[in-house]
Amino acid sequence: MELEKDNYSTHISQQFNEELETIRTQMLTMGGMVEQQVTDAIEALLSADVDRAEASRKVDQQTNAMEVMIDDLCTTTIARRQPAASDLRLIVSISRSVSDLERIGDEASRICAQTIEQAQSGATQRGHQEVRHIGKLVRDMVRSVLTAFARNDIEMAYHVAKQDKEVDREYRTAMRALVTYMMEDPRAISSVLSVIWALRSLERIGDHARNLAEHLIYQVSGTDVRHHSLKQIRRTVEEETNALLSDDGSTEE
Amino acid sequence: MTPLDKQIPVAQTITATGPDLPATRLKVCDLSLSYGDSRVLSNITLELPGNRVTAFIGPSGCGKSTLLRCFNRMSELAPDCNISGTILLDNDDIYARSVNVAELRRRVGMVFQKPNPFPASVYENVNFGLKIQGIRKKRVVDETIEWALRAAALWDEVKDRLHESALGLSGGQQQRLVIARTIAVRPEVLLLDEPASALDPISTLKIEELIHELKREFTILIVTHNMQQAARVSDYTAFLHQGRLIEFGETEKLFTRPSRRQTEDYITGRYG
Repeated sequence: MELEKDNYSTHISQQFNEELETIRTQMLTMGGMVEQQVTDAIEALLSADVDRAEASRKVDQQTNAMEVMIDDLCTTTIARRQPAASDLRLIVSISRSVSDLERIGDEASRICAQTIEQAQSGATQRGHQEVRHIGKLVRDMVRSVLTAFARNDIEMAYHVAKQDKEVDREYRTAMRALVTYMMEDPRAISSVLSVIWALRSLERIGDHARNLAEHLIYQVSGTDVRHHSLKQIRRTVEEETNALLSDDGSTEE
Repeated sequence: MTPLDKQIPVAQTITATGPDLPATRLKVCDLSLSYGDSRVLSNITLELPGNRVTAFIGPSGCGKSTLLRCFNRMSELAPDCNISGTILLDNDDIYARSVNVAELRRRVGMVFQKPNPFPASVYENVNFGLKIQGIRKKRVVDETIEWALRAAALWDEVKDRLHESALGLSGGQQQRLVIARTIAVRPEVLLLDEPASALDPISTLKIEELIHELKREFTILIVTHNMQQAARVSDYTAFLHQGRLIEFGETEKLFTRPSRRQTEDYITGRYG
């Protein structure tokens, strides 16, 4: 379900339109950078590519700066425009989202740090299967949630929140396997621990992607679904879809 | 047109909902109003809780001031005004033939956009309503005037110049004086028609603070063009458009997630 794409460009004040559009565009740009960071971090880890890991870590400074800049834009717009309803929710949602995006960037940076450390201490292939699998899942989540933001698609956001459950499940399975391996071969503890830290970062990226999905659902529906169960989120999304349909009918009076 | 003495079933009443909602003081049932052939209000039905502030918002000409004037029967002063439906104040129809309109206007006081103090002293301005009420005992009058001026947050500023002309006060002080004059006769409902639109930001904040204090004793209905003001001072908000009530509900909800698209477009500046 999508709202009209130009929903934020229909104000009487053109300047306000531009301000909201800038905030939105900058957030999506930051999202694209963070998505690339995640991809680079996973690929660098799997191919033990230290150069790529170093380059990805440098991007983290840019995403940090973008977080501060977008937050500043949000504060200025609140002070200048006193936004209400969907405009207010858009700004609140983006202000919260850039914080989650920045944290995703931090986790990607941590994975890169593990890659560099592993390369120095002798790499192991153990756990790479799990990294590849969970890495693919969280990368999909980040990509999907950013697409959902671009389209205001809360149905898609709900599926991202749902995917987080799968990531958590896969993470627990991977942990069990890697702990068993460490018990069997204590010499591998150091290198496997490094993979465990990377997996933990991936799992956290999944959590942040879910947070982003929740922020979008709040932005579109007005219901704060943080700390809600998946079932409750599903209900909110359905109610919003129905409300939008009924409102479409009633405006034709 | 429905005769004024006919009770309308309150089937589709829009009622503000809340867990600790106070009892309804005012009930508007299927109210329509026209000036000659021009229809200004159409089938307004809503219930307003007591000791709360309800704001009426909407674009110019949507009928919000006209609706406000219906609560103390000022709208009918126009010769070609035609009103149907009922307004109940504590279950009494204010449009019933037996209603004493002067007494109704004592119970339902009104403050207008521009401060309109009489060209007399501060004391005489507040005393005006009391005189009409026949209250002449000096001690009672003095006490009431002090109470009204204190309640209007004006006492400290005028206590040393009570017998000086009210016209020498600033705009914000004059508006608070007018509020003091209105509440001196102990009304139950206060109608405020854009009470701060002619005032500077500081005076506006004082009036808003005053509204917050006064709702403990009065039921307040306010018409305002300033949506941030409606969001700040009111507990409930009604959005009107072309004489129709589009949405009525808790201010917090209406300003964060309105349920009607028209409301959303208006409060976010998309209307037009």
